[in-house]
Amino acid sequence: MNDPTIFRKPNNRKLDVSEIRKDFPILQTSVKGNPLVYLDNAASSHMPQCVIDRISEYHLSEHSNIHRAVHKLSEEATAKFEESRTIVKEFLNARDEKEIIFTRGTTGGINLVAKSYGEKFLREGDEVLISHLEHHSNIVPWQMLCQKVGAELKVIPVTQEGEVDLEEYKSMLSTKTKFLSLTHVSNALGTVLPIKTMIKEARSYGIPVLVDGAQGVPHMTIDLRDIDCDFYVFSGHKMCGPSGVGVLYGKEELLNKMDPYEGGGDMILSVTFEKTLYNKIPYKFEAGTPPIAQAIGLGRAVNYLQSIGLNQINQHEKELLAYATKRLDEISGLTIIGRSKHKAGVISFVMDGVHPHDVGTLLNDKGVAVRTGHHCAQPTMQRFGVPATTRASFYLYNTISDIDQLINGIHSIKKIFD
Amino acid sequence: MNLYQEVILDHNKKPRNWGTLSNPTHQAEGLNPLCGDRIWLMLEVMDESIVDIAVDGESCAICKASASMMTLSVKGKPLKLAEELTSVFRKMVLGEHNESDESQLGRLKIFQGIKDLPSRVKCAVLPWHTLQAAVNSQGRISTEGSDDPISS
Repeated sequence: MNDPTIFRKPNNRKLDVSEIRKDFPILQTSVKGNPLVYLDNAASSHMPQCVIDRISEYHLSEHSNIHRAVHKLSEEATAKFEESRTIVKEFLNARDEKEIIFTRGTTGGINLVAKSYGEKFLREGDEVLISHLEHHSNIVPWQMLCQKVGAELKVIPVTQEGEVDLEEYKSMLSTKTKFLSLTHVSNALGTVLPIKTMIKEARSYGIPVLVDGAQGVPHMTIDLRDIDCDFYVFSGHKMCGPSGVGVLYGKEELLNKMDPYEGGGDMILSVTFEKTLYNKIPYKFEAGTPPIAQAIGLGRAVNYLQSIGLNQINQHEKELLAYATKRLDEISGLTIIGRSKHKAGVISFVMDGVHPHDVGTLLNDKGVAVRTGHHCAQPTMQRFGVPATTRASFYLYNTISDIDQLINGIHSIKKIFD
Repeated sequence: MNLYQEVILDHNKKPRNWGTLSNPTHQAEGLNPLCGDRIWLMLEVMDESIVDIAVDGESCAICKASASMMTLSVKGKPLKLAEELTSVFRKMVLGEHNESDESQLGRLKIFQGIKDLPSRVKCAVLPWHTLQAAVNSQGRISTEGSDDPISS
């Protein structure tokens, strides 16, 4: 396929955002007569034309079921699906393709681990540790597990800046701690957690660690051998890929010890009514027909991000964050929630006398898309004493002018509510 | 239609019948967990009529203005009429009302435009929903879950 974007080579120069924007047709949308300013990337990012084309090409000429039939289409679809697994493996610097499991998303991956690892290895009196910055998807599965096996869920506190309290964390680790599950980046506040330091501490107790990378993978270079976690999960639709697909990385040794998650086709070697022999990893955890088109689209999204360069994207987002922070700080009556020195391109704020939902509706009138609410992180909101915030989150195609539009929108809201 | 008109902004800034009653006969709490709206509603009912009403709490402008305007519409009115008005209001914000309903709504028609903002419909309905909960002695209701006023 003739796709210029996959021949684009990353370099050390700044991103050419105006060129990048041409790759994303949806950015031409207008909202109420205004050009769309999309600042809700932490919820879902957009797909470049090359990913849309790749998915379309699959449906036009490759669509079939995988790992089954001997006919041409099935063999091609299988090859492309497995090729995506290799692309993802190399992208994350994992050791082997069998450590890459396709899921339906981050939530699916966490539930898989909570069930297949947690229910097998955790017992009454054990402790599961999470942070106060987790998304509901990294709280509820552990709560369900704890209720089921009689374990206790413990929460690492966060500071007023929105950072994990490392001293508290260290004091909470003990021989009773049997699992640590942490977000890489807080979706509500943007805090980047010091996961390497935290994992090192957990290692001295032999505690397995899952990292929720839904907000990590899209925005920074991930080297799983360097991070050295046991599990890492993320979603396709926050990294220029389609929804409906995600990845669970797991260390081979642990995946082999775990029970299957769902039963069905593809996860078996043989089935009789008396006994079923399970397939080897990764297939043991991929029961039923997987999201084939989506996985292939995700592979193309990874290639696209690689062609731009994750370090370049990260640097670009840092510049946007610094500018947005400066401009928002100039507005009286506006408070940014989360002041960590280590933040991704996410900025959450509240305004005196204006509820975030009113902010969101009125910004939409100006074409600016932000997220308002509790961001599926109600405990984080409670920690900071707010029911909800307005959140702007950036990606590779956002510009300084996008932030200016946001700021103009906020000023007009202030006028309305004065 | 711009939802944030003068009337709504005015009621948001200076909500009417805001506060508490010293001798309520009925009360309920209304929650919208999705956006964190939380209101408390108190009623003084005598002879099947709303003698007094007060609302308090934290909410977005749409919810607060809706609550404020609701108190003006139902204060001094029979419970039966308040119930009818709740049903008509609910129909209006879902875009299901007809001409005869419109005459009953009066100034509440300002909330018509909200039918184009599905994510905000619950903000406008919450006060009415809480009013019914108070009348039915439900104590506490939420826009989510089994007592969601919109999905039923």
